Amino acid sequence: MSQTVFAPWEDPNEKPLIQFKNVTKRFGDFVAIDNLTQDIFAKEFFALLGPSGCGKTTMMRMLAGFEAPTQGQIFIAGQDMAKIPPNKRAVNMMFQSYALFPHLSVWENIAFGLKREGKDKDAITARVEEMLRLTRLSKFAKRKPHQISGGQRQRVALARSLAKAPKLLLLDEPLGALDKKLRQDTQFELMDIQEKTGTTFVIVTHDQEEAMTVASRVAVMDEGQIIQVATPAQIYEAPNSVYVADFIGDVNIISGRAKPNGEKVATQWAEGQPDIIGTTATKFDAGQEIHFAIRPEKVAISTEEPQDAANKVQGKVLDIAYLGNISTYHVELPTGHVIKAQTANTRRLSRRQITWEDPVWISWTDTAGVLLER
Amino acid sequence: MRRFILIAVPYLWLVALFLIPFVIVLKISLSDVALARPPYMPQLDFAAGWEGFKAFFAALDFENFWFLTTDDLYWKAYLSSLQIALTSTVITLLVGYPIAYAMARAAPEWRPTLLMLVILPFWTSFLIRVYAWMGILSNEGLLNQFLLWLGLINEPLTILNTNTAVYIGIVYTYLPFMILPIYSALERMDDSLLEAAEDLGCSRLSAFWLVTIPLSKNGIIAGCFLVFIPVIGEFVIPSLLGGSGTLMIGKVLWEEFFSNRDWPVASAVAVILLLILVIPIILFQRNEQKQREAEG
Ligand SMILES: Nc1ncnc2c1ncn2[C@@H]1O[C@H](COP(=O)(O)OP(=O)(O)OP(=O)(O)O)[C@@H](O)[C@H]1O
Ligand SMILES: [Mg+2]
Repeated sequence: MSQTVFAPWEDPNEKPLIQFKNVTKRFGDFVAIDNLTQDIFAKEFFALLGPSGCGKTTMMRMLAGFEAPTQGQIFIAGQDMAKIPPNKRAVNMMFQSYALFPHLSVWENIAFGLKREGKDKDAITARVEEMLRLTRLSKFAKRKPHQISGGQRQRVALARSLAKAPKLLLLDEPLGALDKKLRQDTQFELMDIQEKTGTTFVIVTHDQEEAMTVASRVAVMDEGQIIQVATPAQIYEAPNSVYVADFIGDVNIISGRAKPNGEKVATQWAEGQPDIIGTTATKFDAGQEIHFAIRPEKVAISTEEPQDAANKVQGKVLDIAYLGNISTYHVELPTGHVIKAQTANTRRLSRRQITWEDPVWISWTDTAGVLLER
Repeated sequence: MRRFILIAVPYLWLVALFLIPFVIVLKISLSDVALARPPYMPQLDFAAGWEGFKAFFAALDFENFWFLTTDDLYWKAYLSSLQIALTSTVITLLVGYPIAYAMARAAPEWRPTLLMLVILPFWTSFLIRVYAWMGILSNEGLLNQFLLWLGLINEPLTILNTNTAVYIGIVYTYLPFMILPIYSALERMDDSLLEAAEDLGCSRLSAFWLVTIPLSKNGIIAGCFLVFIPVIGEFVIPSLLGGSGTLMIGKVLWEEFFSNRDWPVASAVAVILLLILVIPIILFQRNEQKQREAEG
């Protein structure tokens, strides 16, 4: 692996900044975090992704010190955090609701944490001005939070949490309230800030696209557990379960029985249909339940039978979703399965247009999909 | 036209319930005492027409206001009222704030009940409640008996008919006016603000000073005015619970009216009292206005 790639989690000598060790958090009988163990490394941009109520905010709040684990320990920079109150942690949180102080101006909001450190006036002024410039808020320094727009408020919250140069910055759905354009701009801004300041970011989001854009690693959570942690590309290309594959992006899932065959594994999925041939590193027993997952853009669609494809099935077009740059075809197979196939619209002119009810062939190579146990 | 009526109605209300009574009182304050019924001169004689009108206005003068400056009883009473009002406002704030704070922190399902408890005393007559305090505070009263029984004191404390009793009465009576505006300010406060303050390095206590207090400032100001303004003119509490040493302008006013039957001087006292009250009332209105703007 080349040295320029940032992947501290692959280096066994690297000390993690944050360690969750068998952390369980209960609210009464309800288990919000279920025996969770996870390392997060310095300078990572770590995204927590999962459906509503899966425990993302709870994890953040435990890092910030607003909730204590019911069981297990959390270490930050090697120190057990159990007895450390929020105001003694080198951790800052950007709240989902921004939590800006309504009685203070933008300037004073950003200076709030610095003043608590007892820094001298000039140092505070310099730092606040720097933060204002970084978040492009200099013009609004004197305004109160209710006198600026939602996007500006969000940037104030970001500036305020960054001002103390924390070791760890927690962002709880920081961009939830923004429209798509501003959201994308801010995502890149965040990445830029992260690169400039070298801060470790943990970001909560339920927008998978956002997680894929900003994160060095993504953790997909469900019901208080982390199901998979990997880089965005790995999560997308090699999900470890149907749950993750389904959660991240669009996917076709075909379930069947495994039939190992040397290097390859065939999936028997329907009477009278050819087996789906795939490659996998996982060992499957003959007859074991198996799920074949393939992304729509890996499925080719054509009107004529493809000659050299490892897998091909005939069907008819049920629906077409035109998305400008791409089109998604919903193809119904004779077995009743509906497979989504996606093509870029650049080649549209060179090909006979496919429309509703057309008989078509869909095909994919034997490495296009992944084979999953669960 | 509808607009006109909409604007006119509150003004008519104000004229009927405030301005006309005030003009009557002002007129009496400019008159002279007389052994008559009503006990002052001159009376407007409509039968005499324009001449009667002129004679009427010629008889009005500021004599009574002059009189107020000659006897130091009056300005001492004003000052003492202001001082008692100020002190009891501070005490009410010190007692009321923690109660309001505890109410706002209580579990949401408890809050309506607590609110109810604060308002509950209003359901019985104010006079009865003050008389009840006489029963509690007197030498043979409940409080003394209790303290004697505990053995904390050997002889009864004299509380009734002192300023202490007046303060107790005022704080007790006006506490809800302090609690309610502060509670409503605190209840609206977002808890995540306190977490944000702690996150940025505040201890619990400094988060309270830097966030909770400033955010309840308008409630505090409103509560203080709601206590301070009526207490200045308070009459029932000082006359029932206070002693001969308790000097308050409300009591002086009552004595001028009903003991001396000097309506003109009593009216002059009332007019001055009103002028004194106008200042805090205007400040109070300003505060409310500012708050509305900040929220709007
Ligand atoms: N103080 C609490 N008392 C009781 N249950 C709680 C408390 N805080 C959180 N929970 C429960 O814990 C679970 C996880 O909550 P959490 O706020 O971490 O969800 P989340 O993943 O952030 O969801 P969302 O995406 O909706 O913000 C939820 O089911 C929630 O109801
Ligand atoms: Mg959440």
